[in-house]
Amino acid sequence: MAELAGTTPPITNPTAAQEERVISPWRDAWRSFRKNKLAMAGMFLVAFFILIAIIAPLIAPYSYDVQKMADKHLAPSAAHWFGTDEFGRDILTRIIYGARISIWVGCISVAGSVIVGSTLGVIAGYYGRFIDMIISRVFDIILAFPSILLAIAVVSVLGPSLRNALIAIALINVPIFGRLVRSKVLSVKQEEYISAAKAIGMKDSRILFQHVLPNSMAPIIVQGTLAIATAIIEAAALGFLGLGAQPPTPEWGKMLADSKDFILDAPWTVIFPGLAIMLTVLGFNLMGDGLRDALDPKMKN
Amino acid sequence: MLSYTIRRVGQLIPVLLGMVFIVFMMIRAIPGNPAQLILGQQASKQAIEELTKQLGLTEPWYTQFVEYMKGLFQGDLGMSLKTRNPISDELWPHLAATIELAFVAMIIAVIIGVNAGIISAWLQNSWFDYGVMLIALIGISMPIFWFGLMEQYFVSIQLDLLPTTGREDVRAPIEAITNLYLLDTLIQGNFSQFIEVVKHLILPGIALGTIPMAIIARMTRSSMLEVMKSDYIRTARAKGLKMPLVVYKHSLKNAMIPVVTVIGLQAGLLLGGAILTETIFGWPGIGTYIYDAISSRDYPVIQSGILVIATLFVFINLIVDLLYAAIDPRIKY
Repeated sequence: MAELAGTTPPITNPTAAQEERVISPWRDAWRSFRKNKLAMAGMFLVAFFILIAIIAPLIAPYSYDVQKMADKHLAPSAAHWFGTDEFGRDILTRIIYGARISIWVGCISVAGSVIVGSTLGVIAGYYGRFIDMIISRVFDIILAFPSILLAIAVVSVLGPSLRNALIAIALINVPIFGRLVRSKVLSVKQEEYISAAKAIGMKDSRILFQHVLPNSMAPIIVQGTLAIATAIIEAAALGFLGLGAQPPTPEWGKMLADSKDFILDAPWTVIFPGLAIMLTVLGFNLMGDGLRDALDPKMKN
Repeated sequence: MLSYTIRRVGQLIPVLLGMVFIVFMMIRAIPGNPAQLILGQQASKQAIEELTKQLGLTEPWYTQFVEYMKGLFQGDLGMSLKTRNPISDELWPHLAATIELAFVAMIIAVIIGVNAGIISAWLQNSWFDYGVMLIALIGISMPIFWFGLMEQYFVSIQLDLLPTTGREDVRAPIEAITNLYLLDTLIQGNFSQFIEVVKHLILPGIALGTIPMAIIARMTRSSMLEVMKSDYIRTARAKGLKMPLVVYKHSLKNAMIPVVTVIGLQAGLLLGGAILTETIFGWPGIGTYIYDAISSRDYPVIQSGILVIATLFVFINLIVDLLYAAIDPRIKY
């Protein structure tokens, strides 16, 4: 983070006091983030689920895919905190392993969207004209579909699997980051220090990596956090429709779909996976909102 | 305004063309032989060849694309592989069911969302405000299909207040005229059936309306807070106007401008969310239509369903943009 801070435009008129103790914008943001109780709560939720995902094999009390028909639909008890499903599998265990899948899908798909989106955004914004027009039109077209519908279309073509669901979710989020980076590039291009950089003979690629991308970091981080939240819900939705993870993968949306017919006899099979999705998504949303308040100077008082 | 309208409509054409192209290419993007995939492993060679021909895969894509566009202009969406009926005939009842559901969801979302946002802004930093904002955040974070299941479990099964699934009482089916059942029952003057339809609409309507409700509440609150800081509101209060009047008359008018845009955007998104809500509540809408088509690999139906919803979405966004320009005379394009 400190490296990035160094690349932001230098203060034009540094006074002696500022030279003594320069506060980097990232540390400043962290300070205001830390004061925001809801944002911190969100960060702890996210950290909690990530931790669970990492140490899943150590803490999961049972196996997530071994079926034990004798234990079918047991109500929550000391032995099975969240009860068991129609194959006698422990729901707590499946939720713990499910955290791996949801967080992995959320983060990887958004990482993919960020990489592809920013690359296209930079190309469109920096080289402009014809290339810009083509890329922007493609973004318009992708955004013209309700996102979940386009994801369904992509998966119904590629075939239902977790990997294809991930690809579909990454694809529908590309224009969000593409547009964001493109508009940043366009506004940074006008700045005087870019003309200066060009005048001293800096290469395009260096200008991009040293000036343009660091300037886009804050909005990408904010949007990225919020996009992970949506991506997790979308992955669960695709899983729920049978277009995502396939059995016996303990994906939360798929767990809901498999148990929804037993809601009368075993409501716990439906309640807990949904709560897990909600809390994870809530964590990312709270964190994203907090990051926006901390990083977006327009919102800062 | 007129030049803006023309420009905005002009932008629509490449987007619509691109959409049609993506939907058209869906079947060709299937890895391997699409006809084989649709018919399964046991299919005879002859059947596969026939289907390949019927899907137009024997011809080059560009001639087929022109054919497809021609068909669309004549309202021909192709033939369902499963029922062998023209999709355009099958589509309307489903679309009507979805529109009715989305409409009710939007009404619930706007009424509750706008009022909760107004009162939250009015009582800023009170417990009511915190409560509403927390509920709104949870509403955004909840998967609607799960919320729908919870509604069914607690309201329908535990309390037995409202029906779990469907659009009507199956013992007394409704005679469809427009396929919008609220309208149909009113036209027929059958009040008890009307009540039945309303009862069936409440749970899916709330489930589908949750996310827009939360977003509208948040937007209304922040927009109201912005307006209530302005000078003319201070003047209104200084001359002794009562708070409800200041809030609902003076502030609301200006605060609603950004809210209207959000409402429009959400109306479009509701159509996407309908797929999930409909599968839970057995609602015979276009979402169910697409969902069933996915499991039977009825690609022409999937294509048409997606195309129709996406087109509606594009036109709703167009109307919102134009309305936005019309409502606020300060906006110049």
